[in-house]
Amino acid sequence: MTEKGFQVTVIGSDKILTCQKDEPLLVALARQGYLKVPVGCRQGGCGVCKIRIVEGEFETGKMSVKHVSDAERKINYTLACKTFPKSDLAITTKI
Amino acid sequence: MAINGVLRPGFVQVRVLDMAESIIHYRDRIGLDVVSTGDDGRVYLKAYDEFDRHSIVLRECDEAGLDMMAFKVSNEACLDEYEEKLRTDGFEVAAIAAGEQPGVGRRISFVAPTGHRFDLYAEIELAANGPMTNNPDVCQQDPRGMKAIRFDHCLLYGGDVDGTKKVFEEILGFSTSEIVVDDDSGMIIALFLTCSNKAHDLALVRHEEDGKLHHVSFLVEDWTSLRDAADIMTRYDISRDIGPTRHGITRGQTIYFFDPSGNRNEVFSGGYAFYPDNPLRVWKASSVGKAIFYYERELNDRFMTVVT
Ligand code: FES
Ligand SMILES: [Fe+2]
Repeated sequence: MTEKGFQVTVIGSDKILTCQKDEPLLVALARQGYLKVPVGCRQGGCGVCKIRIVEGEFETGKMSVKHVSDAERKINYTLACKTFPKSDLAITTKI
Repeated sequence: MAINGVLRPGFVQVRVLDMAESIIHYRDRIGLDVVSTGDDGRVYLKAYDEFDRHSIVLRECDEAGLDMMAFKVSNEACLDEYEEKLRTDGFEVAAIAAGEQPGVGRRISFVAPTGHRFDLYAEIELAANGPMTNNPDVCQQDPRGMKAIRFDHCLLYGGDVDGTKKVFEEILGFSTSEIVVDDDSGMIIALFLTCSNKAHDLALVRHEEDGKLHHVSFLVEDWTSLRDAADIMTRYDISRDIGPTRHGITRGQTIYFFDPSGNRNEVFSGGYAFYPDNPLRVWKASSVGKAIFYYERELNDRFMTVVT
């Protein structure tokens, strides 16, 4: 983590984004104008912000299993609005 | 008009991911009172100006969304009549025993063509702290948070909206106050149903997936109450969708926001008085922006896609 927060790379995009400690990833993306991950309920219920973490450590809040099943969770599918980076991340929106 | 048969939306049972956070949201922010917690963990709440025991039921679950919406009907004979008509029309009707929810009498239950479960009941206990009836003050205790007056209506998303429209009109005696139709085909995209003098008690939008919840709405007093509710949303960092604004449909003033599980809520005020002889108001899909958000004159992306 730099002073600017964790670095977030979106696979297939050349934008370098950052996410502050304790900031939901979705909020960080939207704040920096990265709109390919839609902003829905921001509460882990609607599923529109589903992504996959390709590399890096993260924690999650409560998310609806309807949108991220236990099996998907094991292979790092997550909802960006309930994802909190613990290291620099590489993510993909192709799911 | 004398209202009988289906009287009003009585309660809604909503799935939440985290009960503790949800109680803070519905009790402290929206302003409902917690009535009781059931042995199975369901939490029962009511708004300060409702006579009946409860109107919002929260059930903790690993997914958000709607379990069922229930309507109160005038008497037991209505339940028998609706049960028979539903069966004749080919619906399976389940009997829910009195006491399945505390204080609620027997219910009949069916799944509408849009995949939503609806329950009907005639009996529910009166609340211990309902509105005063003897030289009544406007309230018994000072309202909290957004000062929700009552649970008002739901907007639900599902496929066969024509089918659900038919059940509510032909069996349950509702009227349609407004529709949104495709400009070319005339296909109904959205409809607003009322069993009362309100502009809507239930709304439906056509959607590829059945059984979805768009929002649970709470009545507040007026436009100023929406300002105060918006202040609370910012102060407590509640996820806001849109508003304060106005709907062209119903003319109600509104804010959409989300509960901590992503279920959309609405605080709503105003709207016209409906009578069953009113002509149907029709919106073309090409004007749907104004129909839904009268000031913005366009839908936000979330309106059609974000549901639980
Ligand atoms: S925005 Fe609804 S689940 Fe993330
Ligand atoms: Fe509404």
